[in-house]
Amino acid sequence: MSGSVNAGAGTVPRIALAMGYLFLYAPVAVLVVNSFNGSRLVTVWGGFSTRWYVALIENDALLSAAGLSLQIAAVAATIATVAGTLAAIAVVRFSRFRGRAAFLGLLTAPLVLPEVILGLSLLLLFVAMEGIAGWPAGRGMVTVVIAHATFAIAYVAVVVQARLSQLDRSLEEAAADLGARPVRIFLSVTLPLIWPAVAGGWLLAFTLSFDDLVVASFTTGPGATTLPIAVFSAVRLGVSPQINALATVFIVTVTLVVVVANILILRRQRPRGRIEPAQAGNQVSA
Amino acid sequence: MTGQPTLQRLGKECLGAGRLLVVALPYAWLTVFLLAPLLIVLKISLSEAITAIPPFAPILRPADGFLPDIHITFENFALLAEDPLYGGALWNSIKVAAGATLLCLLLGYPMALAIARARQSIRPFLLMLIIIPFWTSFLIRVYALIGLIRDNGALNSVLMWAGVTDGPVAIMYTPPAVFLGITYSYLPFMILPVYAVLERQDRTLLEAAADLGARPWRIFLSVTLPLSLPGIVAGSMLVFIPAVGEFVIPELLGGPDSLMIGRVLWSDFFANRDWPVAAAVAIALLVLLVVPMLLFQRGARRQFGAAR
Repeated sequence: MSGSVNAGAGTVPRIALAMGYLFLYAPVAVLVVNSFNGSRLVTVWGGFSTRWYVALIENDALLSAAGLSLQIAAVAATIATVAGTLAAIAVVRFSRFRGRAAFLGLLTAPLVLPEVILGLSLLLLFVAMEGIAGWPAGRGMVTVVIAHATFAIAYVAVVVQARLSQLDRSLEEAAADLGARPVRIFLSVTLPLIWPAVAGGWLLAFTLSFDDLVVASFTTGPGATTLPIAVFSAVRLGVSPQINALATVFIVTVTLVVVVANILILRRQRPRGRIEPAQAGNQVSA
Repeated sequence: MTGQPTLQRLGKECLGAGRLLVVALPYAWLTVFLLAPLLIVLKISLSEAITAIPPFAPILRPADGFLPDIHITFENFALLAEDPLYGGALWNSIKVAAGATLLCLLLGYPMALAIARARQSIRPFLLMLIIIPFWTSFLIRVYALIGLIRDNGALNSVLMWAGVTDGPVAIMYTPPAVFLGITYSYLPFMILPVYAVLERQDRTLLEAAADLGARPWRIFLSVTLPLSLPGIVAGSMLVFIPAVGEFVIPELLGGPDSLMIGRVLWSDFFANRDWPVAAAVAIALLVLLVVPMLLFQRGARRQFGAAR
């Protein structure tokens, strides 16, 4: 980076940046402060208190909804990561196979389909399947997992695809020249190289599932209330101090994860800048 | 993909069962759980609504002859065309989504520019402040916004304390609240792709323009902005497409008159239990909005080159 006269951003973008951060964080700050408000009335400051956090811990309905959402997100993210990684490999590495165009279409569709359409269509499928094959019997955790995995596959595929297409192939070629079988090459060369993207894809899929209200509302059944559904019905009735506490816990967790992930990424990038065996290998093979 | 000899060999070795599995597993999943459901939606949008479980009549019914009778109705689509509720909701969705996309661009572009031009040492931190909301639950962020803008919320408290207004300004349950909510929720989706393009921009072009005597504003309009168009297109798509079908934001922030098409589909399905009409709304939304957007996106990508 050469420091030049016009390298700076100028005043207007800087003011916009400050205002933008204020816009993004003011509501969050108000919420966090309110979660420690001892008074039930939001307009009155009733002194610092953690009573809403205590009430949250004792709220069994909300806690079991959170537990269900965590389970659904973990299973759906794992399915989506396996299928999405395979899909990314198929797209990047197999330049032609029968039905590739349709496959690409199916793989991008969840990124652009409105949530209401995804939810509605999956519910209608589950109803039809139950009518024809008797499975799934009723709707609940299993149907939500299937629904979430379905849209999350597309997001995992995008993340892994980006990494896979940047990957230096000379390492895989070297392994092939040394006689390794494709499965062996994948497990001991490709997978370790794309691992950060696979992990990132899992995390993205987990978050998408854990956050989802619309698709889950369509595809769940009685007795399987996910956390967003529980929060949504509470929020519909107005602002609730317990939801403030829950939201604060959520925001703090996400912030910690993002900060730690950023530190890890920065640490990884530093040594990699110095050693570039990949590029040297590229030139040799070309 | 250009084939080097070893690559071709590698490719051929994969041709067998392993390769089939890699393609077949995700392909089968997406066919069963994405393609088939959309075809079922199409089918149900063509069937009659009845009071039963499930609340629609089968299209194929047993008949006396060899083949079953086919019962198809276009009534559901006729209803969409006749009832001004649906056309109005669709038009309103487009207006709100387009307006919010513009707001995101007007605020997000200068933010992305400021981050891209910031010192490299603080850039990861500035970027992190955008990524945190990106990962935070959508519902919780909309909820946080409610705490700020409702009648006895923080914003009105500040305004009244400062003496700007005597009584609370009604923002909640008005159309501007929906604009604000969508802008607030989707702002990071605009900033990140625009930033990605701006960050890779060749600085020497700016220096060349400056050396030739162009003023900063002129440099922005004739160099920076045109070169960042792919980022603008990508960001606008990421905001506009989900915003059009948005349900949560108009439901929580908008009044009963803030009808958006996603909300109409929801209430047709859950409140009215009219599955065929809800399915017809879904098909109409797909044909009228999603498919044209995809075609536009593909065209734009071809014109500007890949955005990423």
